[in-house]
Amino acid sequence: MFSGFMINTWIAASIVAATAGLVGFFVVVRGASFAAHALPLSIFPGAAAAAWLGINEIGGLVAFAALGVIGIDALSRRGRPEVATALTLVMLLGLGTLFLSRTTTYAQEVYGLLFGQVLGIGAADITPIALVSAAAAGAVLLLFRPLLLSAVSRDLAQARGAAPARTDLAFLVILAMASAVALPVVGALLVFSLMVGPAAAARNLTDRAGLAIALSVAISLLTVWAAIALSYLTNWPVGFFVGFFGALAYGLGRGALHLRRARRAMA
Amino acid sequence: MLTLSSISVAFAGRTILHNVDFTLAQGSFCGLIGSNGSGKTTLLRTILGLVKPDRGTVDTGGHEIGYVPQKIQLDPFMPLRARDVVALGLDGNRFGLPLPSAARRRTVDAMLTAVDATGFADRRVGDLSGGQQQRIMIAHALVRRPKLLLLDEPLANLDLRSVAEVVSLLHTLSFEQRITVLLSAHDMNPLLPVMDRIVYLANGSSVSGTVGEVVRGAVLSRLYGYHIDVIRVHGRVLVVAAGGEDGLDADIACEPVHVTQIR
Ligand SMILES: Nc1ncnc2c1ncn2[C@@H]1O[C@H](COP(=O)(O)OP(=O)(O)OP(=O)(O)O)[C@@H](O)[C@H]1O
Ligand SMILES: [Mg+2]
Repeated sequence: MFSGFMINTWIAASIVAATAGLVGFFVVVRGASFAAHALPLSIFPGAAAAAWLGINEIGGLVAFAALGVIGIDALSRRGRPEVATALTLVMLLGLGTLFLSRTTTYAQEVYGLLFGQVLGIGAADITPIALVSAAAAGAVLLLFRPLLLSAVSRDLAQARGAAPARTDLAFLVILAMASAVALPVVGALLVFSLMVGPAAAARNLTDRAGLAIALSVAISLLTVWAAIALSYLTNWPVGFFVGFFGALAYGLGRGALHLRRARRAMA
Repeated sequence: MLTLSSISVAFAGRTILHNVDFTLAQGSFCGLIGSNGSGKTTLLRTILGLVKPDRGTVDTGGHEIGYVPQKIQLDPFMPLRARDVVALGLDGNRFGLPLPSAARRRTVDAMLTAVDATGFADRRVGDLSGGQQQRIMIAHALVRRPKLLLLDEPLANLDLRSVAEVVSLLHTLSFEQRITVLLSAHDMNPLLPVMDRIVYLANGSSVSGTVGEVVRGAVLSRLYGYHIDVIRVHGRVLVVAAGGEDGLDADIACEPVHVTQIR
């Protein structure tokens, strides 16, 4: 399972998982779960577009990520963000259907993009995945305090001069980048569970943001490593295990928070 | 310290504030009183520069302003301690990671002591009671040592004891550190012992002065545009509209606080 062609998978999956754990923390505390669910699905047709145009798959995904951000941002200026997100999803999925019908992509590849594929990562994918992930992670660390403050209260952020509207847009870009690179590994449907499961568990284990982020990254890495190993051994789809461990981590985290609160109530 | 000169604000052609004028001296404690929708939040946001007035000027003398917004709902799942929220008041707009620094910690600790929050400083902020959260919000607003503090309905949703505690905390801070406090509320009664100025908003207009000057039947009748009686009973002030059921004006009908107090 650590032979030559699997090495790329391990490297790519580790990078993607660490980034998802970091970005996912802010998805959870900022209540951006719907965007984290919709963006990967909106971006997924980018792979079909890339196949049609004969360009790098990651390039196609990032291009669609940009379209997703532009769509959500432009539409949410005139209405509610959830509606803007849903409309963007519908438009990009429609475009995706068109591209899929134009290409000779087999059902199996589409299945891989939706549910994840262990063996789909080539050596050529590592560099773009690493670069995009580093950019997303760097942006999160740079915006750490404004992201946190506007998650506590937009009014407080505005009064402190932290421009919450600009922070929202920056976060959308970060989320889109992290989704685009996680997608070929864990699949469009399960990027969401990797973003939300570990982070939601982590925020219940500690009251410190820094520690919660470290835990979120650790749980995310463990989830992905276990999922790849089990997928390799059983031949079941990697996405199944990602979803399963994500939900398990969330459940255990909720239990832990409950226990901590009960213990304090008794003390 | 703070001077507003003929401030007018309209949203979508509807006048919310019309020719609002008042001046606050350094260290004064002022209640901004008005019913729901009278424009209290709009006035505070205008002072902060978050709402641009259509006419008039705000002069804060270049002072830094601390602000406690209305109705902050803290997420009980947010992994932040009370002290982290105070620290975000210090530098929450800065880029990069907050590096641990002894000076930063001392500043935050001093502020937590000032609002009497040391006992729960390390607890998850979303788990605190309403009164405890309000103390943390006040510490967040004051941690950069502003000389002007604006609070938007900080007493709403607090029980009687917490109301008294928060009012006395604000009074102490204002008195000891010469902080000018402007605090909005729909009920002036909890503030009567501490406020030395009042700005009363109704119909988009305002009157200001000492409580004795403003809270009088003749003055408020002119502001509301119909007959108002001010009744003082058991150390409380009741503002009531005259007239029977037919005469009950829509504006008074949306002041349930005043109505309940009569019963
Ligand atoms: N951004 C806005 N656009 C349009 N109308 C607004 C806006 N903000 C406030 N208003 C209107 O201005 C009026 C005053 O609102 P404001 O929030 O200032 O009142 P308030 O005294 O703070 O009320 P409350 O006691 O309910 O907090 C209301 O009628 C409100 O509907
Ligand atoms: Mg208000």
